[in-house]
Amino acid sequence: MVSFKKPDLDSFQERIHIATLFVTFCFLLLITRLVWLQLVSHGKYALLAESNRIALVPAPANRGLIIDRNGIVIGRNYSALTLDVNAEEVKGNVDQLINDLSEIVAISPRDRRNFKRSLEDSRNMGTFPLRSMLNETETARFMANRYRFPGVEIRARSFREYPYNELASHLIGYIGRVSQRDKERMQTEIEGAKADDPDALQASFLPGIQYVGKIGLEQSYETVLRGVPGYDQVEITAGGKPVRTLSSSPSVPGKNVVLSVDIKLQYLVEQLYGNFRGAFVAIEPKTGDVLAFVSKPNFNPNDFVEGIDSVTWKELNDSPQKPLYNRPLKGIYPPGSTYKPFMALAALENKKRTPSQTISDPGYFDFGNHTFRDDKKGGHGIVDMQKSIVESCDTYYYMLARDMGVNMMHDFMKPLGFGQITGIDLQGEAKGVLPSTEWKKNTFKKPEQQKWYEGETISLGIGQGYNAFTILQLAHAMANVANNGIVMKPHLVKAIEDPFTRNRVLTTPKESYRIDLNAENIEVIKKAMVEVNNSGTSATAFKGTGYQVGGKTGTAQVFSLNSKDYKHGSTAEFLRDHALYIAFAPADKPTIVIAMVVENAGFGAQYAAPIARQALDYYIEGKWPKEVPEWKRAP
Amino acid sequence: MEKSPLIKVKGFFSSIFAGLDRQLGLILLGLAAVGFFTFLSASQNTPVQIADELRNLALSFLVMWMVSRIPPKWLEMGAVWIYGFGVALLIAVAAFGLIKKGARRWLNIGVVIQPSEIMKIAMPLMLAWYFQKREGIQKSWDYGVAAVILAIPVFLIARQPDLGTALLVFAAGLYVIILAGLPWKWVLPFVGLGVIGILLIIIFGSTICAHDVVWPFVHDYQKHRICTLLDPTSDPLGKGFHTIQSMIAIGSGGFFGKGWFQGTQAHLEFIPEKHTDFVFAVFSEEFGLLGNLILIALFFALIKRGLAISASGPNLFTRLLGASVTLIFFTYAFVNIGMVSGLLPVVGVPLPFISYGGTALVTLGFGAGILMSIHRHRRLVQS
Repeated sequence: MVSFKKPDLDSFQERIHIATLFVTFCFLLLITRLVWLQLVSHGKYALLAESNRIALVPAPANRGLIIDRNGIVIGRNYSALTLDVNAEEVKGNVDQLINDLSEIVAISPRDRRNFKRSLEDSRNMGTFPLRSMLNETETARFMANRYRFPGVEIRARSFREYPYNELASHLIGYIGRVSQRDKERMQTEIEGAKADDPDALQASFLPGIQYVGKIGLEQSYETVLRGVPGYDQVEITAGGKPVRTLSSSPSVPGKNVVLSVDIKLQYLVEQLYGNFRGAFVAIEPKTGDVLAFVSKPNFNPNDFVEGIDSVTWKELNDSPQKPLYNRPLKGIYPPGSTYKPFMALAALENKKRTPSQTISDPGYFDFGNHTFRDDKKGGHGIVDMQKSIVESCDTYYYMLARDMGVNMMHDFMKPLGFGQITGIDLQGEAKGVLPSTEWKKNTFKKPEQQKWYEGETISLGIGQGYNAFTILQLAHAMANVANNGIVMKPHLVKAIEDPFTRNRVLTTPKESYRIDLNAENIEVIKKAMVEVNNSGTSATAFKGTGYQVGGKTGTAQVFSLNSKDYKHGSTAEFLRDHALYIAFAPADKPTIVIAMVVENAGFGAQYAAPIARQALDYYIEGKWPKEVPEWKRAP
Repeated sequence: MEKSPLIKVKGFFSSIFAGLDRQLGLILLGLAAVGFFTFLSASQNTPVQIADELRNLALSFLVMWMVSRIPPKWLEMGAVWIYGFGVALLIAVAAFGLIKKGARRWLNIGVVIQPSEIMKIAMPLMLAWYFQKREGIQKSWDYGVAAVILAIPVFLIARQPDLGTALLVFAAGLYVIILAGLPWKWVLPFVGLGVIGILLIIIFGSTICAHDVVWPFVHDYQKHRICTLLDPTSDPLGKGFHTIQSMIAIGSGGFFGKGWFQGTQAHLEFIPEKHTDFVFAVFSEEFGLLGNLILIALFFALIKRGLAISASGPNLFTRLLGASVTLIFFTYAFVNIGMVSGLLPVVGVPLPFISYGGTALVTLGFGAGILMSIHRHRRLVQS
């Protein structure tokens, strides 16, 4: 019925052929692409598909306990039900979600703030607790409404807790959520560990580490306490929903740390300080065990664990009392008259004085154009070495300093630990200043400042001038003398305990080194210090002890008041002198030495010595002062 | 003597299949089988049931069967009406269509329909009719008229906006015009311009894809699609996610594939639209390069056969219509596989006979029916 012209059909046939060629070309293009993807790049894509499919779900390790020397647990974990929110599921509607949830369980503004902060810190990855410690009613109510909240679930989580709150806060420290900086730091640590041991892959599993010690022992014993987090290899969907567990590697719990600290002694001293600020360090001289490590005022480390809220943080950070400041570790103070026994020992060892050699004290000491005054108007009269310590005669030490010179003093004090890092097991220790001509040259910039002036030597003798040490150093030096020159590194942790077997490995270091001191000279100093408490400046505080105590009071000027008469109470509180005290007991065989400062309190004998007395009464004789509430073990 | 029931049934079937092209039928059956088995795996964790797929396949077959019974002459007579009806619907969409996801593509006439779908068939029908009308007296300006016929619906669809469908409709029309004899000297400059344009986009991709660069004539999301194609890693969790994940699925399939129901990318929901537009990724992951070669061979056979049937059509209308429909099948397959494997931008084009979707299967059944009808009526004419 239809006949078409031949040329038309030919032209159509020709175009069909061209179309076929075009189609063939396009399909070859596709095949090339598929060969590229499926043969050439197959390995790469297979790997990508695997990493898509498999997620490592961290299983955090139980953190080790912190236990005092008598077995009292002061840092522990508790398990609680928490309301966990998967950040990825929340996306933009955090507030709406929290509002909806708050109709079911109570959510405080603080919970809300902390949660939002966690979200921001994590860049919306991971699961975070919105509320912890859910009670039964809340749990039941949530479970009934669970379908309304995808991505929200109830989980049992382990939390860090410091059962005695403020007690020993500076020494325990606290843990907190891992920050970006912590992560970077751990990454470099792990790379270092890997270089040593290529199999240490497990330790590199960072996502399992959710908390990290931020300060105190929690920080310095982080790797011991943390343990090794485990993980499950889980097959997941694109939405992050787990499908099945492929394999799992269990976590290894952290080890317990056993402190050398006697937490009851610590508690007693903290109570005795009351509202005074200050630092108190007690050391067992034979071992270097730190028995008490007090920094007042304290803070509550529990506030920090889940992220501190800004109000509390501001309060702590802005307080003029500086409660976050670790005073015994970082605070540097002029030692004042507590320096005198060490000066006396230096004189004996360097043969600059004999015990019986006397001076005459008119109540002042002229050097150059300057008059250095003694505390006592009119002077102490004829003064030998013992009297110089017992009565705390300044003139004796002005002269001694002049006779020794700055470098001789420096060379003697250095091995005792003054102005040196003690190496205690806490981070951030201050070095202080033990002056010498070389120190001055290195410290100052201008040539006239770099020069040492003889006049600057004089006040060094009474623990003033450039002298500035931590209370830890002072206690350490006292322990070194009490231990007859055998230097033991001070430490807060005595042993590492296996959480299962309870096997303890002692960490106590052996002696660091020995200072060659003449035993007779040491005896002279110890005897004089005992006499301080019998008839000297702190005799009142130590009346009627059942044991012999060596001590020395000190008063450190906050700043020079020139020669104006000092009237206690008339100076603004923060300008008042610091009261210092050092002690060792029992005198014949010391088991404890103390160094302490009560900030802006006034005279050492009046404010510091009584605290030392009560601490020693408890430690040596077990006597508990009536005015201090009994120690109660935390539930 | 009574005929046995078996022979009755046999007779019934042979009467059903009578006149259908056996080769084309087998190829389509092969594709439908691949589609069905892939669907079983790909539809896991989706609300779609096997019954839905079976219903769609049956519906598609029914449409094909019915269309195959329609003499091409009828289609020729109805071409203008179908085209006119389609354009009217598109105008209605522009006037009071439904808006979903920022596009005005749908019309509610009791059921919600997408009129642009009709144009995929109506366009080649209309143009084939026109060239049939002008057969023997064809002048150069006829291509101008054809261009207008082509431009009106393409413009209406493009401004919905639905660039993917607009391009397919445009391609369907263009095939007719080129096959009708559009001089090569007019075709080649455009091909040249296109090649240069694509090269420019690839070379200057990073510059023109900068965040603050505004492209003329295209929407922001369209710009994103092209830009993520050039560099999927620029937005791995956002716009590039689909492309990256489907490339991972294909690549990880390797030569033999992971096995039926074993695709991790598919079953762990990393592939978007895995039973519809991205079904090729599922197929590829589970059946590997081997499966892909077989699938592409099936498509190639389909096109070869379609073009052969068209070439034997009784008149210009049937030849143009058949070839155009065949080339639309090709375009669907090429664009879909190209986009899923990361060669082409992501546009909403299903893989013919494999992707799940009722509308698409009906349209494809209609197209296949046209080819069957051409085949059937060729014989009648020649005998």
